Amino acid sequence: MSTTSTRPGKGIIHQTAHHFPSADAQFDAAKLGMWIFLVTEVLFFGGLFCAYVIYRAWFPDMYAEVAAHLDWRLGALNTLVLITSSYTMVSAVRNAQLSDHKWLWRNLALTLILAGVFLVVKYFEYSSKVHHGLLPGEFFTAEGFQHNTAHIFIGLYFMMTGLHGIHVLIGMFLIGWLIIQARKQRFGAEYYTPVETVGLYWHLVDMIWIFLFPLLYLI
Amino acid sequence: MSHGENINYLIARRGFWSWVITLDHKRIGLMYLATSSFFFMMGGIYALLLRFELLTPTKLFVDADTYNQLFSLHGIIMVFLFIIPAIPAAMGNFIMPMQLGAMDVAFPRLNLFSYYLYATGALMILFAIFFMPGLVDTGWTFYAPYSIAQNPSVVMVALAIFIMGFSSILTGLNFIVTIHTLRAPGLTWFRLPLFVWALYATSVIQVLATPVLAITLALVAVENFFGVGIFDPALGGDPVLFQHFFWFYSHPAVYIMIVPAFGIISELITAFSKRDIFGYRFIAFSSIAIALIGFLVWGHHMFVAGQSLFAGMIFSFLTFFVGIPTAVKIFNWMATLYKGSIELKTPMLYVLAFLFLFTVGGLTGIMLGMVSVDIHLHDTYFVVAHFHYVMMGGNVIAFLGGVHYWWPKMTGKMYSEFWGRLSASLIFIGFNVTFFMQFVMGSLGMPRRYYSYDPEFQIYHVISTVGSWIVGVGLFMALFNLLLSLRSGNNAPANPWGAKTLEWQSASPPPVLNFEEPEKVIVVTGPYAFDSDKSRISNGTKTYQSEKV
Amino acid sequence: MDTTKTFWLPTRASTFVDVVDPAFNLVMWMSLFFLLAVTAGVIYFVIKFRRKHPDQIAADQITHNFHLELWWTIIPVFIVLVLFWVGFRGYLYMSIAPHNATEIRVIGQKWSWMFEYPSGATSDTLVVPLNEPVKLLMSSRDILHSFSVPAFRVKMDLIPNRYTSVWFEATTQGVFPIRCTEYCGTGHSEMLSAVKVVDYAAYEEWLVKAASAGEGLTPAEFGQKLYASKGCSACHNIDGTSQIGPHWDGKWGTQVKLASGESVLFDENYVRNSILDPRSQVTAGYQPVMPAYKGIITDAEIDAIIAYFKSLQ
Ligand code: HEA
Ligand code: HEA
Ligand code: HEC
Ligand code: CUA
Ligand SMILES: [Cu+2]
Repeated sequence: MSTTSTRPGKGIIHQTAHHFPSADAQFDAAKLGMWIFLVTEVLFFGGLFCAYVIYRAWFPDMYAEVAAHLDWRLGALNTLVLITSSYTMVSAVRNAQLSDHKWLWRNLALTLILAGVFLVVKYFEYSSKVHHGLLPGEFFTAEGFQHNTAHIFIGLYFMMTGLHGIHVLIGMFLIGWLIIQARKQRFGAEYYTPVETVGLYWHLVDMIWIFLFPLLYLI
Repeated sequence: MSHGENINYLIARRGFWSWVITLDHKRIGLMYLATSSFFFMMGGIYALLLRFELLTPTKLFVDADTYNQLFSLHGIIMVFLFIIPAIPAAMGNFIMPMQLGAMDVAFPRLNLFSYYLYATGALMILFAIFFMPGLVDTGWTFYAPYSIAQNPSVVMVALAIFIMGFSSILTGLNFIVTIHTLRAPGLTWFRLPLFVWALYATSVIQVLATPVLAITLALVAVENFFGVGIFDPALGGDPVLFQHFFWFYSHPAVYIMIVPAFGIISELITAFSKRDIFGYRFIAFSSIAIALIGFLVWGHHMFVAGQSLFAGMIFSFLTFFVGIPTAVKIFNWMATLYKGSIELKTPMLYVLAFLFLFTVGGLTGIMLGMVSVDIHLHDTYFVVAHFHYVMMGGNVIAFLGGVHYWWPKMTGKMYSEFWGRLSASLIFIGFNVTFFMQFVMGSLGMPRRYYSYDPEFQIYHVISTVGSWIVGVGLFMALFNLLLSLRSGNNAPANPWGAKTLEWQSASPPPVLNFEEPEKVIVVTGPYAFDSDKSRISNGTKTYQSEKV
Repeated sequence: MDTTKTFWLPTRASTFVDVVDPAFNLVMWMSLFFLLAVTAGVIYFVIKFRRKHPDQIAADQITHNFHLELWWTIIPVFIVLVLFWVGFRGYLYMSIAPHNATEIRVIGQKWSWMFEYPSGATSDTLVVPLNEPVKLLMSSRDILHSFSVPAFRVKMDLIPNRYTSVWFEATTQGVFPIRCTEYCGTGHSEMLSAVKVVDYAAYEEWLVKAASAGEGLTPAEFGQKLYASKGCSACHNIDGTSQIGPHWDGKWGTQVKLASGESVLFDENYVRNSILDPRSQVTAGYQPVMPAYKGIITDAEIDAIIAYFKSLQ
């Protein structure tokens, strides 16, 4: 009842939902909605960052000791991968605005591949942690640590990167869906709201990693 | 959609399925109303049971563990399943887009999705209560480390609240965007009804505070599974950190509850005094001010939790300053009565009850804000009485007032005024009997969450329990009065109260697109312009906030 | 003793009463004043301006009045500033313990209290000298609890792995209830004790007696004393009824069924093990909630408890 129910066929541009006065208004609404959503995401991670900071203030030495066990090179690699994917995403939005259907889906596909690379690298990192018994809380079995609270850092590490990883996964599904739609040429200069909003989301995921990387791996 | 289909939204489509997949904000609003009222009843029945147990100082009919579950479930259900969704999601969904002159909320699908998130969370909680091992006996506050003792049903409830948190966030998001983008032509920000302003402020808090609760309860769940050690002292973690996280959400949450109630009061008091609101801008902005200052006072729940002297000082100081905007609202409403033309219809009785009960609740909040006094009163029945006066006396009363006010609009039926007034009076009297004595026993030292107690307090408990029966009778009477009107009530006119806001401009019940000709709604005055064109006021059908051209 | 109890506030028995009660009364009367003013105003307006015939419209549409609004904002601001100051001053006084205060350790656990004196004496009730500042250094052995004495207007949470403290100075002799005010599960409302205020001479006398705990008693009598003072009585009865933990009547020498399915003989080793590491042998039908007493109970005390068990035949 809300959006016009006939599915647009190939190349046919989406129609405005009946309760919006104009397509522009609908675009603005979607974009505002996404921004607000991003704010909630920041606060969502904010809780974890807060816990991170508090425990850091209490156990600075423990943090330093355990952080040394994370491989900063893999972290840096992943940072690079995500930044590049943000670039391809920006390009995709640009392509959509210019109705460049061919490059739109290619750039989206590149973004998707880079996200995949990120997760693969993450997988190798995780498995090495598991291998060494660097696990949260009660499952922590690694030995030779000066500080008996080492498991807290690891717990935070897994929760923060895990939650971020889930966001990457969700992003991949969204981008996958965009690719399918883009192949059908559903987007163009007149209608590219989904590309734009998913793009915003993807930049946030990237941004969060840019905070996580130095906090967990470097300092 | 052609205008031919633009008929009464209740019958435009028929059948169960048409409700399940509806995208109409009005139907979704009604679904929220029914679901949250059901949980109100369920939480209320838990309350009656726990009050019954408290008739005697020792065991009467349940054991300690069952009692602990009773008050935990009572609190959890009332807060997360009833009062948080009740006003914004139920009444807000139905009324707010109409007050904007819009056809729907900005994202109708998201709206339906939010409802299903809420329903999923609710089902998970029911499942945890009835089918899972382990007791849900942590209190509504889930304090660690008690709550992280590998208890599967607590994990389930925590996850349920996590999910409902997203329902609340998405509703808030939807409302903010709607208010920004879907106002009818001519409906400037300062022509918005105050209910809309209140929902706007509420949505801001929902969007900013709820994620923190979500992550906190997610951490509780993770702690239960993996023992990460963030909150678990046995693993080097800090249980007080949990309290900070919890109250960082839950204090703003009390304003998620009360601010929309303020909005309802502003609507009702103008409609039944035939009077423009006194201090429109102040009331509008004070909601926002309360929303923002409300983020800075969470530590007043933790004065004896071992926080530093300095923190205690700051939190106490700021706590008083949330009181000021609220105080001024009370004065504004009083001034709105001045020189009005006041009619004591059922909704107006709720308004008067609100003014008294909320003032008691708010002023006792001020008492608790004084650190030295709070040290004595913390975790006693004084606090229990305080928050029932604000939540039940403030919130629920405003909710009931709103239900009675908009009932004709929502259902197209008039309920019986006689039973309406009688039930309102019973609820008011019974409420005071139940909770006033709790102030006294609390300040005499009766702790809360006590299954057995010192016989010196029995007399107060007995009075309180008797009061709860009176409230129960009143509420069931109100419920039956409303439900019976569906069968035997008179058809409601479009504007039975002679109110001015846009929703009354449309038929009762409204058509699918909210107005007969929604594209033509143009707003030319403020929301409470009772002065213009005096002669047409009494026929009660034409309003002046909107004129069709 | 009850003469100092008022309608609102309990018995007055410490110096904190002098800062808390006036603050309470001040804010209560202030609240009552505003409540009455609001109520009276509303009732007056409703009567005066009620609608007398259906078509009546409002007499006026006043939408604002700058001076009025200014004043009713400013006056409450000043009032709350005063309230803040009064509350905070009391809080300062209540937060900073004098240097010469006697220090007593308080240990809370599900669901009993233990008080440990500098001399090493322990007790399940708190005995304090009259008119002397006393500082409690508190911690919990399991989850959160809260130490509260309404007659003293004292309250503070106990947190595991961390110390919190309160102080007070008792001003009246007598026995006053101690209640746990932080929700802690099944036995929360049974986590009670009492504080006994005595004059200094009696206090010192009591200390000597308490420190020499076992002296002059038979082992079984000493064990009985420990049963109360170590908090066992919170969960174990000796009259043959079981509550949170199994009862102790006539258990010695019987076979005990464990949750693991085995059964063991109720003998010296079993008792010792059950006290030091209760989770290793959980009795069938009970939750593993008993706290471990390792490091809290000495070997001599365990021997006394064993003797006590033997006496309960
Ligand atoms: C709807 C919910 C709601 C609302 C609106 C409020 C409003 C307020 N609350 Fe309340 N509160 C709760 C719900 C709410 N509270 C709950 C649920 C708890 C317990 C949680 C738990 O532990 O389980 C709690 C607990 C609580 C505590 C902690 C008590 C303790 O555990 O020790 C404190 C302490 O400061 C407090 C203070 C306040 C204050 C200052 C306000 C202010 O906003 C009130 C402002 C209103 C007025 C001041 C009245 C009107 C003013 C006038 C008539 C003018 C005159 C006024 C002056 C001169 C100041 N509240
Ligand atoms: C919105 C919030 C809300 C509401 C409305 C109530 C309502 C009531 N509450 Fe509750 N209460 C809490 C929130 C609320 N409570 C919270 C958060 C706690 C703390 C829990 C904790 O410590 O963790 C608490 C704790 C609490 C305690 C303290 C327990 C303890 O510490 O040991 C007590 C004791 O008397 C109590 C009593 C009551 C009673 C008698 C009612 C009555 O007023 C209830 C009356 C209701 C009914 C009888 C149901 C009938 C309803 C209908 C028929 C539906 C009608 C619908 C329409 C008309 C649309 N409550
Ligand atoms: C929090 C409540 C609690 C307290 C306090 C407590 N116990 Fe227990 N105790 C239990 C429970 C529950 C069991 C049964 C489960 C188990 O074996 O762990 C138990 C079992 C026992 C047993 C095994 C008895 C049997 O019948 O199987 C002994 C012996 C015992 N406790 C001694 C003590 C002593 C001595 C103290 C005090 C110094 C004490 N307990 C304090 C709860 C408690
Ligand atoms: Cu210990 Cu409540
Ligand atoms: Cu609060």
